[in-house]
Amino acid sequence: MDSKRTDELIAEAKEGDHRAFEELVHETYADTYTLAYRLVGDEEDARDVVQETYLRAHKGLKKFRGDAQLSTWLHRITANCASTYLGRRGKHRHDSLDDEIEIADETPRLDPVHQADIGDLRNHLVEALMQLPPKLRAVVVLRDIYDLSHESIAEQLDISESAAKVRLHRARKRLRERLYPLGEERAHAV
Amino acid sequence: MTCEIFSLELVEVADGQECLNPVAAQHFETCLRCQAELAQYKKLLRALASLRGQLLPADQRLVEDIIEALRPPGTVHRLHRMAGGNRKAAYIGGIAAAATAGAAGAIVLATRLASRHRLAS
Repeated sequence: MDSKRTDELIAEAKEGDHRAFEELVHETYADTYTLAYRLVGDEEDARDVVQETYLRAHKGLKKFRGDAQLSTWLHRITANCASTYLGRRGKHRHDSLDDEIEIADETPRLDPVHQADIGDLRNHLVEALMQLPPKLRAVVVLRDIYDLSHESIAEQLDISESAAKVRLHRARKRLRERLYPLGEERAHAV
Repeated sequence: MTCEIFSLELVEVADGQECLNPVAAQHFETCLRCQAELAQYKKLLRALASLRGQLLPADQRLVEDIIEALRPPGTVHRLHRMAGGNRKAAYIGGIAAAATAGAAGAIVLATRLASRHRLAS
């Protein structure tokens, strides 16, 4: 959908046109679901997060000034909903929120020769992402996949900007270590 | 050990937001390990960015659930312009079938009544 049509729909939805908002949902739900799934790592939980996201978006649409793209605005809401959801879920499953948890490496060590292809790397990367603790995964997903600013990430996840940066470093480091095992590093060492 | 000190900086340098400080840059020029690490980070970030275009399949039921949840209470269910296309066709088809059945029934009834009148007269 072109941006002009999106703007029209937003304007109509702001005026209370439910059909316009429904059309916006149709246009954006796959993207919202994908982000939600990447953040919470579970299909059912992602569906709940998506529903909550659109409820909040519908409620807050009048506040949407159009400074950012609709997709970016929805990403922020999704991040916020996922964070709240994970917080609630964490009360029942304490370990899911612990970003210091040691993740057991259940996949075989990857042969660097076979990682040359970016497509191959991407498949392993998706797996590795899902193995990250949710707190670390959220930051790396929002920053490195969805290009949200550190400031925005901190705001949506209700953490400080420096905490967001620290988590991002940890997440990237873990992903790199997982995708490029130590053996390879040592082989490159002087 | 030196490599470990600069490891954190490499993570920041990889996405182009920071530059190596002079001491780290000097080390980096001669350290193949750090160069390899930086290359890996860059590759990792490219792969992460490439995930942006990948959409996971979400079933149509999800949209219906969202719209259902958004609908004000007491609102009569409407047909959706987009995803409801098939439902709309089925709905129209159903009405057409019911109308045809009704018309056929009326004809049969009328025929029977007419034949009764004929027999009675």
